[in-house]
Amino acid sequence: MRVNGVAHPAPGDPRRLLSDHLRHDLGLTGTHVGCEHGVCGCCTVLLDGAAVRSCLMLAVQAEGHEVTTVEGLTRDGAPLHPVQQAFHECHALQCGFCTPGFVMSVLSLLAQHPDPTAQEMEEGIAGNLCRCTGYASIRRAVMRAVELSRK
Amino acid sequence: MTTRWFGAPVQRVEDDRLLRGHGRYTDDIDDGALECCFVRSPYAHARITSIDVNAARAMQGVVAVYTAADLPFGGVDLPLLIPHPNLTHGRTQRCLASDVVRYAGEAVAFVVAESRYIAEDAAELVQVEYEPLPVVITPEDAARAEHLVHDDVPGNVAAELLQEVGDVAAALAAAPHRKTLRFRYERGAANPLEARAVWARWSIAEHKLTVYDSTQSPTSIRGGLAVLFGLAESNVEVIAPDIGGGFGPKIMLFYPDEVLVPYAAMQLGRPVKWTEDRQEHFTAVNQERGQVHEVEVGFDDQGRVLALSDDFIHDGGAYTPYGIILPIITAAQVPGPYRVPNYRVRFRDVYTNAIATSPYRGAGRPHACFVMERTLDAIATQLGLDRVEVRHRNLIQRDEFPYTVGVVWQDGNTVVYDSGDYPELLDRALKRLGPRPEGDHVGRGLAIYVEGTGVGPYEGAHVQVLVSGKVIAATGIPNQGQGHATVWAQVVADELGVDVKDVEVTSGDTRRFPWGVGTFASRGAVTAGNAMYVAARMVATKAKQIAAEHLEANPDDLELVGGQVRVKGMPDRGIPLAAVAVLSNPVRYAFGGGTEAATQFAARPRPGPPLQDGEQPGLEATGYYSPPGSTWAAGCHAAYVRVDPKTFRLEILKYVVVHDCGRVINPLVLQGQIEGGVAQGIGGAFYERLAYDADGQLRNASFMEFLMPYATEIPAIEIDHIETPSPLNPLGVKGAGEAGVIPVGAVIASAIDEALGIPITEMPLSPLKLYELSRRNNPG
Repeated sequence: MRVNGVAHPAPGDPRRLLSDHLRHDLGLTGTHVGCEHGVCGCCTVLLDGAAVRSCLMLAVQAEGHEVTTVEGLTRDGAPLHPVQQAFHECHALQCGFCTPGFVMSVLSLLAQHPDPTAQEMEEGIAGNLCRCTGYASIRRAVMRAVELSRK
Repeated sequence: MTTRWFGAPVQRVEDDRLLRGHGRYTDDIDDGALECCFVRSPYAHARITSIDVNAARAMQGVVAVYTAADLPFGGVDLPLLIPHPNLTHGRTQRCLASDVVRYAGEAVAFVVAESRYIAEDAAELVQVEYEPLPVVITPEDAARAEHLVHDDVPGNVAAELLQEVGDVAAALAAAPHRKTLRFRYERGAANPLEARAVWARWSIAEHKLTVYDSTQSPTSIRGGLAVLFGLAESNVEVIAPDIGGGFGPKIMLFYPDEVLVPYAAMQLGRPVKWTEDRQEHFTAVNQERGQVHEVEVGFDDQGRVLALSDDFIHDGGAYTPYGIILPIITAAQVPGPYRVPNYRVRFRDVYTNAIATSPYRGAGRPHACFVMERTLDAIATQLGLDRVEVRHRNLIQRDEFPYTVGVVWQDGNTVVYDSGDYPELLDRALKRLGPRPEGDHVGRGLAIYVEGTGVGPYEGAHVQVLVSGKVIAATGIPNQGQGHATVWAQVVADELGVDVKDVEVTSGDTRRFPWGVGTFASRGAVTAGNAMYVAARMVATKAKQIAAEHLEANPDDLELVGGQVRVKGMPDRGIPLAAVAVLSNPVRYAFGGGTEAATQFAARPRPGPPLQDGEQPGLEATGYYSPPGSTWAAGCHAAYVRVDPKTFRLEILKYVVVHDCGRVINPLVLQGQIEGGVAQGIGGAFYERLAYDADGQLRNASFMEFLMPYATEIPAIEIDHIETPSPLNPLGVKGAGEAGVIPVGAVIASAIDEALGIPITEMPLSPLKLYELSRRNNPG
């Protein structure tokens, strides 16, 4: 599989979850695990551009696919991706644990709907749990991300 | 002109690495660590008749399997953290149960293996035989005491405490009106999105134990591990790295893993890590909120409260490691912002067969607020008065501070409100709420609360200006997302006249600051914030003294501005702070960074030794702040809600918060704290219910069935502030972390009560619960 544009050998253990493979075999610990049953959305990554729960997939299922994690959005030292920048400006993260999952979900949302309606925005973030922010700032961040992405 | 950081909406300095996926949470740390899995009791109450770990031990990849019999401390009760004379029957659990288990989820065995996958497989091979015992699950069952949770605790009562201010019996007897009410609040769960985790390494060469722990109190963990393992504290390092939310239960210590993971690392000579899964988090992490209140209130024709008697039982769970702090807080906070001239409160803290209770955001206060606010609504209903008017007639007025409530507080003092303006909170909230929306089944909810914040005993901080001119600051208490690195940088930057981006804050790392207590009770800004202020001022004073010699000026005439120490108002008569840092440390060997300026032939000659009596090298200081008592924040929440009379779906049409936490350090961060608190309150009021069955099984121990709100359930929240500075600390701040959550249950209950005309006396609600209440009130 390719992860953030880099080819990696297949995982050795066929039981290995994609989330565990990313975090513990490849060291990409930006993808978090909050529930391991597909509800919280912390482990959201892009599989061929579509948002998926990496805790609900086996790593071997990602063979032959392109996986994008939060680490793949921008290089070290380079400016933040517009979605990340929007989250920063709007104080849309507190503890930061759900944040990579939200960022990947919003990325997927804006890929499908570059100019989303309020309803599309709400649905775009309705699959991720946040226990800190109360979501208001995340809504503001999505709107800001739309603005920044236009520039 | 100087830039004032205090009060500015500074964007957070910690965001960048978190957004790039470069946060460092405990489970992110690996270093070849062995991984673990617990064997936990499936029964809520049972006697263990046998444990067989042979098959698990024989499994390939398993490194060790521990039961109580294998541990030198297997027979030692874990610490009772906060003893109290009235806690006559305190009980704590052991790391691993060997005789009786008292909640489903209690740890029985601990498996260490090459990977988590193997550890989980091996845990399934551990054979434990149980003989089930009768289960006590509700607080009412516990108080009836038909069965006992602990054989040697009569009546299941861990503690009883009665307090009285005034003469309640006489005042009730003389009151024109009396009313009895019963309120019930169920357990809730904090559920931070990062569950708990511990990583430990023992270095034989350095004789040093290093522990990463998602704890809210690394200093206490360090002290405890040093005692347990007979190590000097200097040989134990505990680091709380990035933490994915805390909200209370991570202040509890010791969970069994916090002892077993370090122990296994010392025994096995390899790093060991344990990361909790979500189901474990539901069954093995402390919860809160279960209480049942019996209230009698006496009042006059105007709705003024003359006397209040509250007799409540508190669901302590199976053990009392956290003492009786929760019911003490509830007892203290029932009167809230209102005058209650005669107040009697008795509680019994009772054992049940469920995980122990300890603070969860709000900590005893949401239930207290619920009791008082629902009581005032009941008075208004009985007298046919407006709910707002009844509140105005009972509110403590702005000229009555300091106001003594007279009952005991969690810090051992009695409750004294330091400052506030409660009528203004109410007036502003109602003004912001505006007119009632059109339509049927709309209700207005209203609640006012106080919150004792910033409890002691103390926190400390270390602040140092490096020779680069950058500033580092450290405190003992860890951060779970509250923005400590930003707000404390603001406090320090103001005192040292530097940019906030030049201040790097470390929190919760005993290597950097070994003293302190922890993050709880909305105390970070008050305790550590003021400690930062004290330490930074000490550094500023020192900088002025050193610069004064260099500038041939009086220290009192100097100011720290723009990274310089200069004569007030004279930018050309100054010296960079970096240079002052160099001069603060007389050196023999110039090691770069401009230090040649502090060598013996270069430095400005001064009579006497390079360091004179009482002087210390380095532009640094350590300061402490110890509050004389709690400082009392307050607020008013008001809302309009609509309830669908057929589906009982709740729609929050408008939600308004007016909040007072004294002087505001960072309005952006504060807004986040309040919005998040309200969302957690809404979850706890209408969506999240811990569904224990009669056997003590939690039937919804997953996010599939324990319905934490998504964005779709949480409305926009309007927030306004007033500022009544605290007279108790130099910054004038009060805590803000828990405030958002406290009154939400009372607000939602009050609004639904009005919308449907059904008395609401319990929490949490749900569409099903409203359907049942509706049927009960309108049979047929």
